[in-house]
Amino acid sequence: MRTLYHFHGGVHPPTHKSQSVQTPIAQAGLPTRLLVPLHQHVGNSAKPSVQVGERVLKGQIFGMPEGSVSSAVHAPTSGIISAIDMQVVAHPSGLPDLCVTLIPDGRDEWIKREPLDYRSVSPGDLRQLLRFAGVVGLGGAVFPSDLKLRGGKHKITTLVINGAECEPYITCDDMLMRERADEIVRGAEMMRYILAADEVLIGIEDNKPEAIAAMRAAVIANRLASMEIVPVPTIYPGGGAKQLIRVLTGIEVAAGVRSTDMGVQCFNVATAYSAYRAIAHGEPLISRIVTVTGNVQRPQNFEVLIGMPVHELVALAQPGSDTNGHIMGGPMMGVTLPSDRVTVTKATNCIIESSPALFPPPRQPLPCIRCTRCAEVCPAELQPQELYWFARARDFGKAQEYHLFDCIECGACSYVCPSSIPLVQYYRFAKSEIWANEREKEAANLARERHEYRELRIERDKQEKAEKLAQKEIAALAAKAAAPAAQPPAQTAPAQPAVGDPNAGDTAQQMINAAIARAKEQAAAVKAKNTEALTPQQQAEIAEIEARRAKLRAMSHPDAESPQE
Amino acid sequence: MLIALLVMSALALLLGAVLGFSAIKFRVEGNPLVDKIDAVLPQTQCGQCGYPGCKPYATAIAAGEADINCCPPGGEEGIRKLADLLGVEFKPFGADTAGPKPKSVAFIDESTCIGCTLCIQACPVDAIVGAAKQMHTIVAAECTGCELCVPPCPVDCISMAVIADNISTWKWQYPVFPLRAVPAASQTTANI
Ligand code: SF4
Ligand code: SF4
Ligand code: SF4
Ligand code: SF4
Repeated sequence: MRTLYHFHGGVHPPTHKSQSVQTPIAQAGLPTRLLVPLHQHVGNSAKPSVQVGERVLKGQIFGMPEGSVSSAVHAPTSGIISAIDMQVVAHPSGLPDLCVTLIPDGRDEWIKREPLDYRSVSPGDLRQLLRFAGVVGLGGAVFPSDLKLRGGKHKITTLVINGAECEPYITCDDMLMRERADEIVRGAEMMRYILAADEVLIGIEDNKPEAIAAMRAAVIANRLASMEIVPVPTIYPGGGAKQLIRVLTGIEVAAGVRSTDMGVQCFNVATAYSAYRAIAHGEPLISRIVTVTGNVQRPQNFEVLIGMPVHELVALAQPGSDTNGHIMGGPMMGVTLPSDRVTVTKATNCIIESSPALFPPPRQPLPCIRCTRCAEVCPAELQPQELYWFARARDFGKAQEYHLFDCIECGACSYVCPSSIPLVQYYRFAKSEIWANEREKEAANLARERHEYRELRIERDKQEKAEKLAQKEIAALAAKAAAPAAQPPAQTAPAQPAVGDPNAGDTAQQMINAAIARAKEQAAAVKAKNTEALTPQQQAEIAEIEARRAKLRAMSHPDAESPQE
Repeated sequence: MLIALLVMSALALLLGAVLGFSAIKFRVEGNPLVDKIDAVLPQTQCGQCGYPGCKPYATAIAAGEADINCCPPGGEEGIRKLADLLGVEFKPFGADTAGPKPKSVAFIDESTCIGCTLCIQACPVDAIVGAAKQMHTIVAAECTGCELCVPPCPVDCISMAVIADNISTWKWQYPVFPLRAVPAASQTTANI
């Protein structure tokens, strides 16, 4: 029996899970229209690689990964692309993002799939395949899996597979483990192979005995000696990556440290499943399991194509007539969708139909009484009451000092707060303000740099012009100086032919020409001393001096020079 | 007595020499306060503060010649930062200072542009590309929205477009709650 550890805090909200596990996973089928966002993962948006009007096959790439942190997006079925434009997506902002609209042709015709045995492929190639199969973290974080499988500087000893599913209402991982345990454990084994980890620990909360049994049977059937199914106590948020790692291994992942630096990597069970399908069946990530629950007649899990409109999906579960909202994710960490016209993405694990009876409007927040109950339950061991104070006062520097960015937004603090303060909303607000400030700072730095460079350039241009002018003057002076110098021979020359040469005129002309040539030579000699023919060293020196000069000028005579001239 | 005097003056000379030496040796290039103030300013380089750019304004603040509430692009947040940095009281925008505007970028109507290059010369951050008698265009990522290119254009083809929020720049709102639950019959909600 493995010794388990505890993480700090945690709460026990009512789970509401039993409703949606009564029936097996159902196929949601083909909707009338699929709206697939190109930015469904952390990192850069995928770049559209199809055209409007084009016919695509199921599994064909829609969007190519762009940059190192990105992932591919695929056609969930065969059909015609009717638009590539900005559409409102499943995001709390209610803002539009670039989406591909696909009208299914009903034939559901696959592209050519290439099943592979992962053992015959190198880890590097597997990572590349996963990137182009669009496999991302399906626990909700949607971070590209190929990057997480890269390991890092440290050897990964333990691979943790997260089947805890601690959030109330959500049962998609539970049902997946019950029904498709075999592929999950094979996927986990494949991930172990890629990371070259020593052991795999699959943590499942002990309120899912069926899933635990199914997974244990699959591990035995696949004869995986280095893999262990570990039932963990049911406590929210036991499914947080850091929390589960703590419970299973005792390793405390400190603030600002990545778990990989401590030799542990963590994936969700659904990610392991999708990664396995991507390699062993050549099927990219085009569908996922979504729990539809809350105020519906038939709460259930569905296998849903990415891009299916939420209203068509919830219709399958027969929502109640008093439904007043749609929550994506669970009641603790989920976000309210802007409307039910948005579509399912890779991050959509659950849709909860809310009603006034299920989710009464929040009570009026009262002042914080500093009871520190929030601090008692915070799994990240923060001081939520202090964070609240700083976020409320917009004192973001202080909030960061109190480790605002270690907050996992689990909502345990708001759940217990006797004053009903929506603490997480304040933390989200503060975090996004800090990110925005960061972006502004970057833009300001860029502008400063460009402005300073421009000032420098203007100054240098002036300098160069002045130098050219000076050089012309010098040349003119030199020509003048050269002219008298050339005169005497020209004057004496005619004297000689006058003695006896009949071709006196010609010689005089020659002498004049020679004089002009000499003058030219002299002028050229003056030019050589000028700034035109400088060694790179000298030029660098001049540039340096000019930079310093420009800086000094800007400092001492602020308004001597207008930047726009 | 004499020894004490001698010792003291020797000490004074020595310390003076050390101070003089370190003044030369560890001299700080430029004025650190100006740089600190400049780091807080938004670098729009628009001149709305009455100075020809952010650095000159920073210099003027450091010299005590300018007030801290003259930079509209910085907004109240900017004034607050300056007040914090300088240890002075926050001061709202004066009546004669235009308030902050939403962030925007310049946009050149390329069919109207005659390629006069006047806007290029006006842009403080070189965010406009083009050449004589060629159509010009704005590098949006580098445009600070200072509007300095708008007046010089002889054919008025430059307009300012407000930057709309997108998913990656969207911010969570500051939580706002009804002050008091108003009876449903009155059909109104009081918001802060
Ligand atoms: S639980 Fe609520 S009232 Fe108590 S200290 Fe935390 S924020 Fe304040
Ligand atoms: S939401 Fe953040 S502060 Fe609140 S309990 Fe969770 S981790 Fe702690
Ligand atoms: S008003 Fe602000 S942004 Fe504009 S130049 Fe002055 S300091 Fe810079
Ligand atoms: S393009 Fe126009 S508005 Fe933008 S930074 Fe340049 S001058 Fe200012």
